[in-house]
Amino acid sequence: MQHVDGNALAGPLAEFFSFDMTTATARCNGCGAIGELARAMVYRSGAGTVVRCSACDHVLATLVETADRAWIGLSGISAIEVRRG
Amino acid sequence: MSEATAQTTAPAAASAAAVLAVPRSGWHVATVASTRRETPNAARIELEVDGWPGNAAGQHLDVRLTAPDGYTATRSYSIASSGTGTHVTLAVDKLPDGEVSPYLVDEVRAGDMLEVHGPLGAFFVWAPDAAAAGDPAADATRDTRPVQLIAGGSGVVPLFAMAAAHDAAEDPTPFRLLYSVRSPDDVYFADALRRLAAASASLQLDLVYTRRAPEGWPSPPARITRDVLEAAVIPAAERPRVFVCGSTGFVERVADWLVELGHDARSIRTERYGGT
Repeated sequence: MQHVDGNALAGPLAEFFSFDMTTATARCNGCGAIGELARAMVYRSGAGTVVRCSACDHVLATLVETADRAWIGLSGISAIEVRRG
Repeated sequence: MSEATAQTTAPAAASAAAVLAVPRSGWHVATVASTRRETPNAARIELEVDGWPGNAAGQHLDVRLTAPDGYTATRSYSIASSGTGTHVTLAVDKLPDGEVSPYLVDEVRAGDMLEVHGPLGAFFVWAPDAAAAGDPAADATRDTRPVQLIAGGSGVVPLFAMAAAHDAAEDPTPFRLLYSVRSPDDVYFADALRRLAAASASLQLDLVYTRRAPEGWPSPPARITRDVLEAAVIPAAERPRVFVCGSTGFVERVADWLVELGHDARSIRTERYGGT
């Protein structure tokens, strides 16, 4: 499956977070790598979206959207850092 | 939800769904002001977006189409314009099996309405130098490194927005664009790029033709190679900030080569649109 990158998460994640999450840095549970979510690999299909670590391929997050709800799992992220101002 | 609304619907708060229901903020109704062919396979679409807060160069928006049966399809498109105001320019490439792009390129007409979400993304953006814009307080944080833009095909759209913003702001940062494109007919924003790259201008433009080159072009058409990349980008020793946008394959090849050529991976920002 052809992937894109975390830039494409800006719209979907705007439903969950009040700031732009793609510039937030996340730490991968799998390998400990730290990077902006925009640098993650994003795999989309009709079933949903899977976000993987660009360093080790570990699943960072999963996202499912339907007409009336949106669901996010963050099983592979141990920490998120947001820059203020 | 406003406080007044919350009070009047207090009994419904017992339902988790009611508590968690959130308005879909950032969605706007866009009216198509005009549309025209950009290349044989792409259209330029000018939108007037109600409530648009303006956007930075390099940002994108999501377009949502809804079929009569309620089926929706949402796709992201880079914005070719930047700045304040409610006018937004898109340039959309038609994907042969696409659900949204064939409609946008072939069917949309002036006066049509679209649902758009944005502006989106703060990672793949460039903003004029605040110090150069007359803010002395910004001197301390001034980033004087040159900027290298690298585009594959329709990946030029957000990079064009950056080059145009750079020119409009008369920003002194050196700007260079390496643009890989199938043929002369496939160049997006050809006239504007020519103007930006003209003699005294703000942009150094390097074109690579992959299928058909203009008459008299010094090299035969070919995909970009590591050697071509090395020759046509600002050297790693000058520590440029690099923005790469194109198909996933293009972006990953170029990004790998840049790191091999000594560029700092942290200085390379990429945006992949999938495709081939």
